[in-house]
Amino acid sequence: MTMTENRQNSVIGTRQLRREDPALLTGEAKFTNDLNLPGALHLSILRSPHAHAKIVSIDTAAAKASPGVVAVYTGAELQSQWAGPMPCAWPVTPDMKNPPHFPLAASKVCYVGDGVVAVLATSESASRDALDLIDVEYKVLKAVVDVEEALSDANIIHEDLGTNKSYTWNLKIEATEGCVEDAFQKAAFKVSERYVQQRLLPMAMEPRAVAAVPQPFGGDITLYSSTQIPHILKVMAALTLGIPEHQVRVVAPSVGGGFGSKLDVYAEELLCMALARKHSLPVRWVEERSENSMATIHGRGQVQYVELAADKSGKLTAVRVRIKADMGAYLQLVTPGVPILGAFLYAGVYDIPLAYDFSCDGIFTTLTPTDAYRGAGRPEATYAIESAMDALARAMKIDPLELRKRNFIQKEQFPYTAFSGLTYDSGDHLQAAEKAAGLADYAGIRAQQAKQNVPGAKKRLGIGMSSYFEMCGLAPSRVLASLNYGAGGWEAATVRVLPTCKVQVVTGTSPHGQGHETSWAMIASEKLGIPQEDIDVLHSDTAISPLGLDTYGSRSLPVGGVAIAGACDKVIDKARLIAAHQLECSADDLEFAGGVFSVKGSPDRAVPMAAIAFAAFTAHNLPDGLEPNLEAQYTYDPPNFSWPFGTHMCVLEVDTETGQIEILKYVAVDDCGVQINPLIVEGQVHGGVIQGLAQALFEEAVYDTDGNLKTTTLAEYLVPAASDVPSITTAHTVTPSPTNQLGVKGIGEAGTIGAASTVINAVVDALSGIGVTSMPMPASPQTVWRAIQSAAQAK
Amino acid sequence: MIPAAFDYKRASSAAEAISLVGQYGDEAKFLAGGHSLIPLMKLRLAQPAMLIDIGRIKDLSYIKDGGDFIAIGALTRHMDVEKSALVLKEVPLLAHAAGYVGDAQVRHRGTIGGSLAHADSASDLPATTLALGATYVAQGPKGERLIAAADFYKGFLESALQPDEMLTEIRVPKMNGAKWGFEKFNRRAQDWAIVGVAAWRSKDASGVALVNMGSTPILATSVSAALKSGASVADAAQLAAAEAEPQDDLNASSEYRVHLAKVLVRRALEKASA
Repeated sequence: MTMTENRQNSVIGTRQLRREDPALLTGEAKFTNDLNLPGALHLSILRSPHAHAKIVSIDTAAAKASPGVVAVYTGAELQSQWAGPMPCAWPVTPDMKNPPHFPLAASKVCYVGDGVVAVLATSESASRDALDLIDVEYKVLKAVVDVEEALSDANIIHEDLGTNKSYTWNLKIEATEGCVEDAFQKAAFKVSERYVQQRLLPMAMEPRAVAAVPQPFGGDITLYSSTQIPHILKVMAALTLGIPEHQVRVVAPSVGGGFGSKLDVYAEELLCMALARKHSLPVRWVEERSENSMATIHGRGQVQYVELAADKSGKLTAVRVRIKADMGAYLQLVTPGVPILGAFLYAGVYDIPLAYDFSCDGIFTTLTPTDAYRGAGRPEATYAIESAMDALARAMKIDPLELRKRNFIQKEQFPYTAFSGLTYDSGDHLQAAEKAAGLADYAGIRAQQAKQNVPGAKKRLGIGMSSYFEMCGLAPSRVLASLNYGAGGWEAATVRVLPTCKVQVVTGTSPHGQGHETSWAMIASEKLGIPQEDIDVLHSDTAISPLGLDTYGSRSLPVGGVAIAGACDKVIDKARLIAAHQLECSADDLEFAGGVFSVKGSPDRAVPMAAIAFAAFTAHNLPDGLEPNLEAQYTYDPPNFSWPFGTHMCVLEVDTETGQIEILKYVAVDDCGVQINPLIVEGQVHGGVIQGLAQALFEEAVYDTDGNLKTTTLAEYLVPAASDVPSITTAHTVTPSPTNQLGVKGIGEAGTIGAASTVINAVVDALSGIGVTSMPMPASPQTVWRAIQSAAQAK
Repeated sequence: MIPAAFDYKRASSAAEAISLVGQYGDEAKFLAGGHSLIPLMKLRLAQPAMLIDIGRIKDLSYIKDGGDFIAIGALTRHMDVEKSALVLKEVPLLAHAAGYVGDAQVRHRGTIGGSLAHADSASDLPATTLALGATYVAQGPKGERLIAAADFYKGFLESALQPDEMLTEIRVPKMNGAKWGFEKFNRRAQDWAIVGVAAWRSKDASGVALVNMGSTPILATSVSAALKSGASVADAAQLAAAEAEPQDDLNASSEYRVHLAKVLVRRALEKASA
């Protein structure tokens, strides 16, 4: 039973504007670069123009003499500042190879954008101007751009490792030994597909920004950073710099988007801290947009080989997956784990026997490091299984929706343990798919296609779909332990009722656009019966919220939100004791509703929360042994991931003369269990779908063969604008999560997980009649036109 | 995102602007709407030592009926060209094309003279005014001279303007009811065209110009010649790229551009013949 059932006047489930928005919309919100820090020095970083080169010599004399310049440091000169290399928290195998990675390269650069020299000056323009005066002599080495070619080890990037392969991670689940191979031998139908997940630039609207401020009174240093992870950053920065953890404070002011790219410990954060301590002055840095394209992590970057085996009815009998995952030049915070997260979703939403063979090679290239990007491994996996399902439907000459229906895990089968070993808590895929099919007029589109897609048609119609499970709410700590992850997955909350019955909710989540202040106040208001406007939400400052594991992996609500509900329960339990004392009854005789305790059967014998809060504060008359004040802390470690799911459908037309695609309709049916604020849920779905659609049609970090990034501005890197994307029809089914008291699941990544394969499946569906059976991403007009041309020639 | 240091002067008249540019020579750049120059400066691809701001010269923002032509002051904003009743009536192709420049913010800041003087073959208005047979008025220390659009574009970001000259007016012949078509092919609405076509057609004449099909805007004279000699639109469109020398870039190979030019010229002329 969830807390909203049988409840009148519930706050939860109401569409509410976000309390964060007025400040953001009027420009009052303060971002890191808005901080006024008198006397701060500005950091600029000279970056490598080469993908792979030895540093022969560096001449900084002219830069040091430039007006306003205070100091210039090479990597070698700063090497003594570091207690250790930059952290990778996810050694996925015991023998994983991890090259030492320092904030500045000392002897060798390994990607375009690798930091080489740090300049400190009294103004931003003075430090930028000085970069042009630094002379670095490089001995250029051959770039390693292609992830599969890198495996040949013809050209080793980190010589001490002796190989470009960081790790191989295997997961083989077989009911009986050899059953995967058997299934493929006996299969009535097989498909074997290769997909490329192109590199993407996360492109948060606010680039990264950092300010490190030495503390004159107590402690050591405060780091302000545009980060998703102030808590993790505090620990990691302390370890890397050799500062006692309790003397570091990290604050994330307003943060303008992250999408995973700010789930990292970055060189610039460590450089600002080290140089601020060295110079005893605040040191600040703000990333330029082009710098962001090279110096902030990239997303995706995988080559996937996927094989499905099916019996004659199309029931899947085995899945085999081989991944070549592009790590980039170094391992950042969770780089190696990203493709591993995907390993658990190659079963998709289907009922498949224990016959699964997965293997992933993590491979170094001389490109910007990759790391988590909205969905992190799970959109890639979903893309592969959902595209392969369409390929199987084509091979069988049956409708792809029909094929999915034959394979869906049935509603009655939940909780369902998948071949990957994880247990899906709940789901109803048939309902979601049928709802989407109705909204998209699936049958009508198929009928229209039969009429429209005739030979020589100038506009071909296509419909594509994707049914997905999102494994989110990272994560049960014991599961993380089994994956070798370097931390737990719990979340902490404190709920503090002040003497005047105003409430502070302190959370360890760290919002950067998600609307936590609004949603967390709604949860606390629902639990405590106190109006939302009397509830403040405090976050993103390790001095205010010392415990937390931050925001990523659609974890904030199903872990952090549930922690707040748990803390509220503890507050209510304590308040109940005080109420019983005041009413001279047994605590068991009290009921609590609407912020008032009353004696069961005697509603006039009642005491409101306000009276209890004040009594707890004065402590004049509390039950014997009860601590004063009304405050509780609660840490929630989820027993399972949360499993939102849904079906997306896309209807589009392809102009066969030009290759241009026009999306006519996009339908997203998502089930994230109980919705706290449906308006925020819709916003997350819209943003996620657009980001997935952008991967399908627009975005790609393009490198040339020398490892130069060609998409370093927003003129070349095509983030779609509002005018370039369709209006989205959103709908929901509601299957409450059985594993948490709110019945909630995450929704932050669902859109990206469903969208890319939905769109590409629709493009291929439109063109399969003229021989096009695959479509690389992004499906730019030229790419589509070429596919049509080569299919025509192949005939 | 941080430009190199520069000096700044604001001119209050065309004469003052020309005198200032005479003083600073090659080091100086005119700043009008800034939507081409400022991004180049932020990327440090342009590093002028002196910016002469002509953006507030009020008497260069106008749209007037010049008899056979419409006269447009060089500092007229794209949005004003797009919405002008006079331009809509007499040169509807230009009004329409002005509505495709960049996005709404760009159209409110950017100027027609700035766009033409920047001489970017990927911009919409150089090709559109070329198709329409426009004449540009340039003012220099020795007075005014007229430059035909067909003689104006010399190379990549290179025009016939002398360093001490300023574009002051654009004279666009009235279309006298000629039908027209405009095709802008791109991946995002706000972008430069991958290929664009501006075309008009009357009983006995036509003008077709291409966007982003070479280092300058291209007048597709072969297409017009074919139409004049009686070729069908479909056949004439096959000659779309005869004068073009398209580049390869991230969005399109030269081969794809040639293909697009043929398709888009046909579509534009079909509209102009409807």
